[in-house]
Amino acid sequence: MRRWLPFDLSRRGFLGAGILAAGGAALSARNAAGQATHDHSTMRAAQQASTAGHAAKQDHLTAHGAMMTVGEVDNARNGFDPTAMLTDWDTGEVTKRSDGRTVRTFEVTGEDKEIEIAPGVMFPAWTYNGRVPGPALRATEGDLLRIVFKNYGSHPHSMHFHGIHSARMDGVPGAGVIDPGEEFVYEFEAKPFGCHLYHCHALPLARHMHKGMYGLFVVDPDPARHPDMADVAKSRLLGTPENANWQEMAMVMNAFDTTFDGENEFYACNTVAHCYAKQPIKVDRNRPVRIYLVNVTEFDPINSFHLHANFFDYFDQGTTLTPTLKTVDLIMQCQAQRGILEFSFRDHEPGLYMFHAHQAEFTELGWVGMFDVVEAVS
Amino acid sequence: MNERVEHDRLRTAVPVSGRGPFSFLWLLLPLAVLGLAVWWLIATNPLASFGNGAPPVENITVERTILDHNGIGLLVRAGGSEPMKIAQVQVDAGYWHFEQEPSGPIARGDTAWIRIPFPWIVGEGHTVTFVTSTGATFEHAIPVAIATPVATTSTLVSQAILGAFVGILPVAVGLMFYPALRGAGPATMDFLLAMTIGLLGFLLVDTFEDAFEFAGGSAALFQGPTMVILAAVASFMLLTAFGRREGRPTGLALATYIAIGIGLHNLGEGLAIGAAFAAGAAGLGTFLVLGFTLHNITEGIGIAAPILKVRPPLWSFAGLTLLAGGPAVLGMWIGSLAYAPQWSALALAIGAGAILQVIIEVGAFLAGRHDKGAAGLLTLPVLSGIGIGVAFMYLTAMLVKI
Ligand SMILES: [Cu+2]
Repeated sequence: MRRWLPFDLSRRGFLGAGILAAGGAALSARNAAGQATHDHSTMRAAQQASTAGHAAKQDHLTAHGAMMTVGEVDNARNGFDPTAMLTDWDTGEVTKRSDGRTVRTFEVTGEDKEIEIAPGVMFPAWTYNGRVPGPALRATEGDLLRIVFKNYGSHPHSMHFHGIHSARMDGVPGAGVIDPGEEFVYEFEAKPFGCHLYHCHALPLARHMHKGMYGLFVVDPDPARHPDMADVAKSRLLGTPENANWQEMAMVMNAFDTTFDGENEFYACNTVAHCYAKQPIKVDRNRPVRIYLVNVTEFDPINSFHLHANFFDYFDQGTTLTPTLKTVDLIMQCQAQRGILEFSFRDHEPGLYMFHAHQAEFTELGWVGMFDVVEAVS
Repeated sequence: MNERVEHDRLRTAVPVSGRGPFSFLWLLLPLAVLGLAVWWLIATNPLASFGNGAPPVENITVERTILDHNGIGLLVRAGGSEPMKIAQVQVDAGYWHFEQEPSGPIARGDTAWIRIPFPWIVGEGHTVTFVTSTGATFEHAIPVAIATPVATTSTLVSQAILGAFVGILPVAVGLMFYPALRGAGPATMDFLLAMTIGLLGFLLVDTFEDAFEFAGGSAALFQGPTMVILAAVASFMLLTAFGRREGRPTGLALATYIAIGIGLHNLGEGLAIGAAFAAGAAGLGTFLVLGFTLHNITEGIGIAAPILKVRPPLWSFAGLTLLAGGPAVLGMWIGSLAYAPQWSALALAIGAGAILQVIIEVGAFLAGRHDKGAAGLLTLPVLSGIGIGVAFMYLTAMLVKI
């Protein structure tokens, strides 16, 4: 009977049978087969009704309807909150050397940690400071950096910084990859200014990165070194009044392959699928927005950032004070590519404005969020 | 010398105490050992030393798929080593809201309904992916999305008519050859009986093949292929024992067994048709229905063969027709209302056992018609009958193969 009613019917086979059925069936066969070619309009109306019903229940989730993960991630158990991560800059401990130079010391630990990457889905991660992405380290151009890395994990790890430094500080095997229980201090000058990243460079590289060992490494420009564009540099320099006017956010585009088959099951910005869709990011429409964005998505060649109903200026790698792309609404980044996005909702009416990867597949697997533009953020 | 004494004592030890007043102790001892073993396993948990941090083995099988105006409904059965939790559900590589009933972790062997408000597209394929709490994924393909027919009186009547068309009608048509075949000579009788064996041989292979396919789609804990073989052997032995309680079946009794065997095969086919409707995969054409009807006419001739010389009462023809063809209708109803691959596999396996029983009995009957015994089977009418029986079934099966 499989021969005339196969379950694994090929589409072509099905259509063939459908045509035969439509051709006029023997008494009862017509009735039974008629069920196969069913009423499109009824179905569509029903679908709309169902979708609308669902949407009505869900207020701000309407934009993505029922197309969303179910439930909430336990941020307390994870020990990190994607919303708090947006503004949680780690500026280290600042001291002055006798010659007046700033020394900035960061403490970072490598830890194994089971984290919840989507409601109810646990991932056996390797982390920096127990969070994925690791702490967003922020320094000023010219600082002397000391990153004290202690490996409490079960595997050899390192911190490889994108930036300029000596070979001995590269964080590759033989130059700062350390075994469990060991400690290493990476020392170098913070340069060039820009939006960078750091990640583990132990082998196998893809596994160590995909497990969660990466984070933002931002070097703010020193206004004194850029007299021509001191105002721009000041707006980038954390702690200045010019900078305080900006709404700055740290975003790391990442993904998780929970089945370890080389394809990701979850995509996100700052780890938790759909986190900013379920909890939109509050934005004051009277203040400009600056996003430090880095792509560490493993297994896919590129990721992207698309902003709805708005355009932005883009600073590729963040190493320039003038935009490398002006007035765009979509940028793409290959793995480890990063940049700074600047935009404003000043002329917009308040409301929810979506942002997401414009690979529709990534969007539907979790990399989508909303800006909740309001008159003033309390 | 001592050794021999020792041996003698050992040799007599068991029977002597077996007859003693405490013989019941020998029943308690093995049970006590078993009890101790269970206690030790639970108390000391020796399996802990095998624990290497690996996540539990998980498994999900989808047993039913319902597509309607609410979206997609899936009846899933968990087959993991421990209770498992469906954390998220993707449809076509996108996360969707879903509701699980009952909610919470699904225990090994238990089922739950997953309902997804997904606007599926008529005539197109969809893939549902379950993501468990450990991040493991399980895919379920919906090859062609069609609204699952709702079982109403009118659809049940339609199914009954269709079942009668492909199950009862051809058997009746085959039996209508009865008067024409009445005057058959011994060679023609041999040929017809042998043709019955041929057709049943084809059905046996066909039924086993389908049973194994259903078994493959059922949850691992049912051990599908083993279940099919055991069920087939059991039904074969039960029917053979039942059929032979008053000697080898002949005449109307043999015809009845043939009808039962074919009926069980048709039940399985009905199940599959009904299940295909329920799964939305059925697309029937006139040509296919007619081809299948033609295919089944041989069954009627096969049933008629053993009763050509006995002139049974007229009502028995109606009874044989219903016995062989009626289950097709029954199967369609069951298949469309409640369907799970393991039950279809079981029904088909029972049918395969029944068919095997009939092949043996018809063969024995055929051999018994000649004094030469089994050697009498190696004649031109018998061999050509078997060959033509198989060939006819094979060729008509081509008509209905997509
Ligand atoms: Cu590492």
